[in-house]
Amino acid sequence: MFRKFKKFQTSLVVGTLLAKRQITRGNFWINLLIIGIMTLTFLSLVVISGILVGLLEGSFQANRERYSGDVFISTLADESSIQSTGMIQSTLESLPIVQDFTVRYKSGATIEANYRERRDFSALPNSVGVNIVGIDPEREESVTGLSESLVEGQMLESDESGYILLGSTFIRRYSNFSDLFEPLDEVYPGDRVKVSVTGKGLTFSSDLSGDSTASSNTQEFIVKGIVKSKVDEVSLAAFVTESDYRRLTGDTSLNAQEIAIKKADGYEDQYVKQVLVSYGFSNLAKIQTAAEAIPKFLDDIKQTFSILGTAIGGIGLVVSAITIFIVIYINALTRRKFIGILKGIGISGTAIEIAYVLQSVFYVLIGSLIGALIVYGLLVPVIAANPIDFPFSDGILVADPLPTFNRFLILFFVTVIAGYLPARLIVKKNTLDSILQR
Amino acid sequence: MAIISVKNLIKTYGNGEVETKVLRGLNLEINSGEFVAIMGKSGAGKSTLLYQISLLDRPTDGQVIVDGVDILALDEDERTDFRLKHLGYIFQDYALVPELNAIENVIIPLLMEGISEDEAKKRGTESLKELGLDGKANNRPNQLSGGEQQRVSIARAIVQNPQILFADEPTANLDSMSSAAVIESLKRLHEKGQTIVMVTHEEEYTVDCDKVIYLIDGQVAEERIKQKPLK
Ligand SMILES: Nc1ncnc2c1ncn2[C@@H]1O[C@H](COP(=O)(O)OP(=O)(O)OP(=O)(O)O)[C@@H](O)[C@H]1O
Ligand SMILES: [Mg+2]
Repeated sequence: MFRKFKKFQTSLVVGTLLAKRQITRGNFWINLLIIGIMTLTFLSLVVISGILVGLLEGSFQANRERYSGDVFISTLADESSIQSTGMIQSTLESLPIVQDFTVRYKSGATIEANYRERRDFSALPNSVGVNIVGIDPEREESVTGLSESLVEGQMLESDESGYILLGSTFIRRYSNFSDLFEPLDEVYPGDRVKVSVTGKGLTFSSDLSGDSTASSNTQEFIVKGIVKSKVDEVSLAAFVTESDYRRLTGDTSLNAQEIAIKKADGYEDQYVKQVLVSYGFSNLAKIQTAAEAIPKFLDDIKQTFSILGTAIGGIGLVVSAITIFIVIYINALTRRKFIGILKGIGISGTAIEIAYVLQSVFYVLIGSLIGALIVYGLLVPVIAANPIDFPFSDGILVADPLPTFNRFLILFFVTVIAGYLPARLIVKKNTLDSILQR
Repeated sequence: MAIISVKNLIKTYGNGEVETKVLRGLNLEINSGEFVAIMGKSGAGKSTLLYQISLLDRPTDGQVIVDGVDILALDEDERTDFRLKHLGYIFQDYALVPELNAIENVIIPLLMEGISEDEAKKRGTESLKELGLDGKANNRPNQLSGGEQQRVSIARAIVQNPQILFADEPTANLDSMSSAAVIESLKRLHEKGQTIVMVTHEEEYTVDCDKVIYLIDGQVAEERIKQKPLK
């Protein structure tokens, strides 16, 4: 037992010397080739699935930053509004775990544009159905940075009245969906649009002209700006101030439809949610973390992409394992004579195998290190700064440390085996045959 | 006392249809401290004999006792270990490891025996010095002449003071000057009591040998034992 251990120890010493010399004095181009393969394999393992997942992660992030906040309160399935909104609001104001929040009132509306130029009244009016959203512009700005989505015009201000922000999807020059519905034609900031509500909570009509049904109200707004975002809830909405919203809808209830909460630094989404639930708010409204508020189908796509990325990376892994195997096999085969001589003069097969395993370890460490530098030093920041333009998101590269490390471990073991096997095959060959190369 | 004792050694190559019987019941004895030359025509089986008695190959049949050990009874690992601890080799083509420099080539068997690097380097440097290679310790094989490479390989072979030193045509690739230097080195080792078994084609290199074995057709045809000159 002890002798075996001693033998292994000396094999390790000799194997280390051989590995060091073969790396430092071996063929530079072969080293470069193998390290290059390792780097590419590492990248294919990490980057492909990272980008696929990142396409969705980008949309999740945008959803959190631009719409849902960290914790999202919405109406229960069988309600049309958040019950006791005022009470929830004052509680949120007092909670130190809440940095800020924004309350939204929402209802269906129709927007008509270009009605002044309308000559032919038998033709359909230039109108679209939208979600009209009443907000406090300052609070909305603080939570979701709505003004950053402006592509034309200016942000709403709470002390102004009669202005509206239009989601870009409703405007022909921005719309990708013009084959699905007829968007508004030439509408620019400063133009007037007619907004009609037929929504819930409408108790009386302030439209005295009486040209429409009793439960509808129409008002004219001036377009103040146009907002464009990959988050549908922003680009498929029309924003007005809360007071204009009340005037328009006649909604006297103080109950809102959505509250987006920005948590204070240092708290988990889940914790903030639990605190709200502990106040019993879950009986009044639906409370979700940003992750829970993501549409399920998007989450399913993310899972699918993740599996797909892993599968593609896995194929890359197999291909590079075979490549490494072949390169090291050929490398060992050309050195077969020397392997034979080493065995001939009494160097143990274990020492020679250790030499090749250590070389593989070196290759996989250096290759992965370079790969990690490329991923974290270059790709992640560069793609974060220049996201991949994808229809429903700005794709980023997701490379969380733990999964990346796990992939590295897989690569490590595969490479070590791919280095060990050829060495073993050649070490096992008859010593004299190796020396005489027959 | 016989350090190598071979009885009825048979080595057959191939199997089934084409069988080449290379060694046909060969007998010989080599005593400790002897410098033995093996001679014979090309294809006579000289190298084959050397491989069998130096544990690089396995005989088909017969008995080979080396340093008191029946080598046919050893398994692969034991044979490797035996070669490390008891035998030294000099090959026709030097057989140095190209990535290792002269001193590393010499000390690698010492490291394998568990000797510390410092001690190994000390002994390796001495060996190189004995062979007139001081100053070449850090040269890699491709930075040495053929003769120098062969002397490095002799240094590697003797660094652990092996019981027996085997050499298969150690001068075949060398010019006469280098050959003479190699033979001179072997001669000096022999004078210190080293047992040497050398295959050679050159009659002139056998003048210092204690014994010359002539092989014909895989059998010992003649054994010439030199009279030691009386001092
Ligand atoms: N692996 C092998 N398979 C079949 N025959 C072999 C093999 N190795 C050697 N032989 C044959 O064995 C015979 C002896 O070979 P060996 O190498 O021992 O000769 P040698 O005396 O060393 O000759 P040389 O002086 O040319 O080196 C030769 O006829 C050779 O063809
Ligand atoms: Mg020969």
